[in-house]
Amino acid sequence: MRLDHQIIKDMVEYGSSVLDLGCGDGELLSLLVKEKGVNAQGIEIDEQEIYKCVAKGLNVLHGDIDSGLHDYRDKSFDYVILNQSLQQVKHFETVFNDAVRVGRYVITGLPNFAYWRARLQLFFLGRAPVTPSLPYTWYDSPNVHFFSIYDFIDYCQKRNVAIERSAYLDANNRIFLFPNLLATTGIFLISK
Amino acid sequence: MTKEKNVGLVQTEYFTFAQTPHELALESKEKLGPITVAYETYGSLNAEKSNAVLILHALSGDAHAAGLHKGEERLGWWDDFIGPGKAFDTDKYFVICSNVLGGCQGTTGPGSTNPKTNKPYALDFPLISIGDMVRVQKELIDYLGIDKLLAVCGGSMGGMQALAWLVNYPEKVRSAIPIACSLKHSPQQIAFNEVGRQAIMADSHWKEGNYYGSSLPSKGLALARMIGHITYMSDTSMAEKFGRQRKSDAQPFKFTPLEKATGKAGGDYLGEDGGLKPPSSSTVRGRGSPTGFTADFEVEGYLRYRGDSFVKRFDANSYLYITKAMDNFDATGGKLLSEIFKVISADVLAIAFKSDWLYPAYQSKEIVKACKLCGVHVTYCEIDSSYGHDAFLLEAKEETHLISHFLKKVASI
Repeated sequence: MRLDHQIIKDMVEYGSSVLDLGCGDGELLSLLVKEKGVNAQGIEIDEQEIYKCVAKGLNVLHGDIDSGLHDYRDKSFDYVILNQSLQQVKHFETVFNDAVRVGRYVITGLPNFAYWRARLQLFFLGRAPVTPSLPYTWYDSPNVHFFSIYDFIDYCQKRNVAIERSAYLDANNRIFLFPNLLATTGIFLISK
Repeated sequence: MTKEKNVGLVQTEYFTFAQTPHELALESKEKLGPITVAYETYGSLNAEKSNAVLILHALSGDAHAAGLHKGEERLGWWDDFIGPGKAFDTDKYFVICSNVLGGCQGTTGPGSTNPKTNKPYALDFPLISIGDMVRVQKELIDYLGIDKLLAVCGGSMGGMQALAWLVNYPEKVRSAIPIACSLKHSPQQIAFNEVGRQAIMADSHWKEGNYYGSSLPSKGLALARMIGHITYMSDTSMAEKFGRQRKSDAQPFKFTPLEKATGKAGGDYLGEDGGLKPPSSSTVRGRGSPTGFTADFEVEGYLRYRGDSFVKRFDANSYLYITKAMDNFDATGGKLLSEIFKVISADVLAIAFKSDWLYPAYQSKEIVKACKLCGVHVTYCEIDSSYGHDAFLLEAKEETHLISHFLKKVASI
């Protein structure tokens, strides 16, 4: 099991309702259904991924994240999951605000732009960094927002969004010290 | 797809209800009876009666959705989807399809005999609605002893009936699969239907609907059908199928062997093997000269052929009544989207097609939006197809994947 999926799974209460934005092939949602008995709904832009989700018996909507949340009522779900997708949306603030509106909690996994190897590449090589959590070259990246773990924490504080839990990891392990330097990814459980 | 494998020989059956004095009260408040329903079933009903699926046909469809009638070569209009191992797997499910109220292929419609006059109803037939069609289907499933359907599914007008089932009989359906349809018609959709109706009514043989037993308003009906076929295809699918090829006027317009063409044409839609032959010796590619107002282009010949074959099997008055029912349909009933599916516990699978400009994807997204607002479990896929509205009959691979897995999930709940 992917480490980030394991961490997210541990953040989700049994029997809750979950909306996964950018659910891909449905691996995470399927895990949550099996192990946490959640009531699951996915949203995914890629038609081929939709077929994979449906084959797993998931409810999934073909659409983009930017417009996917808008129609839902306040607190429609216990959890809104945005795993490795928030950095790719066009309108970050709109999606973020909608996510904390629609979900009682939001769980988001984000790539850390201030990871030490990214810093080194930028500082010593003078090149746009390519790291395990930011694996794309500058010209073909789907990511449009680049920020660090500290940036995200600051952002939540300024908007009175509470960070209930957080976890940090690199490619294979949990990171407990200096996450903004040593972690490739931060996972946050937040609420407003 | 496993086209070779089908449900085999089938026959249309009939059920009659609403005998005097128990006529059915229609949404228009008028009463109608007796009502005969033509239907077919495939597969078998399980002991719990929990595996029944109702298939809902589009404007020109009929009860013959799968298999073959004895002595005929025309396969049912959705044979690619219904049969052993297909989307609606007849090894697992009991599949029902009936001709709609107001139709002309076995179910009571304007061409049926009015018991009061012993003549065809013609325009004395009451105005019917999509809700009335569904009401009649409910009588049928009651008659078949089914309390709750595993699924209701249809494309185009069939999808609208699926929505009407959800709204009118939420306790009777465990899931609904509306394909390439709309909660209500847009002005553009109404406009195309109106032009079709005007074409019929402008035919001098129409005679205020009283043409039974004399010359039929064939030209008007054929023209209505030609307009319809334009809206069922896409710019791309027409260009791929016809290009600007001219037909040679030395020979008649050629199609695939008639049995194949009509085999696809149960719903009278263009099938992948039901359309044109590849350019043959009779087709002069890119050459040929205009010959006046005959059908010079392949596309012209195709539309004429489609129009002409339609009048042999469809009643002009049914076309008027059914298109009007579609135009009048509004699944919202004037309510907010957040209200319409409130009491629904059914799962929904909505499907749309990228190149469908008659029922554009945004209309299916409205259905999805209503589901989202009402907390209904919903799956939606916009299939990347170039066939236009016809895609719902043709994209068997993708639809089969979606439908079969969806049904499996619903059946397991």
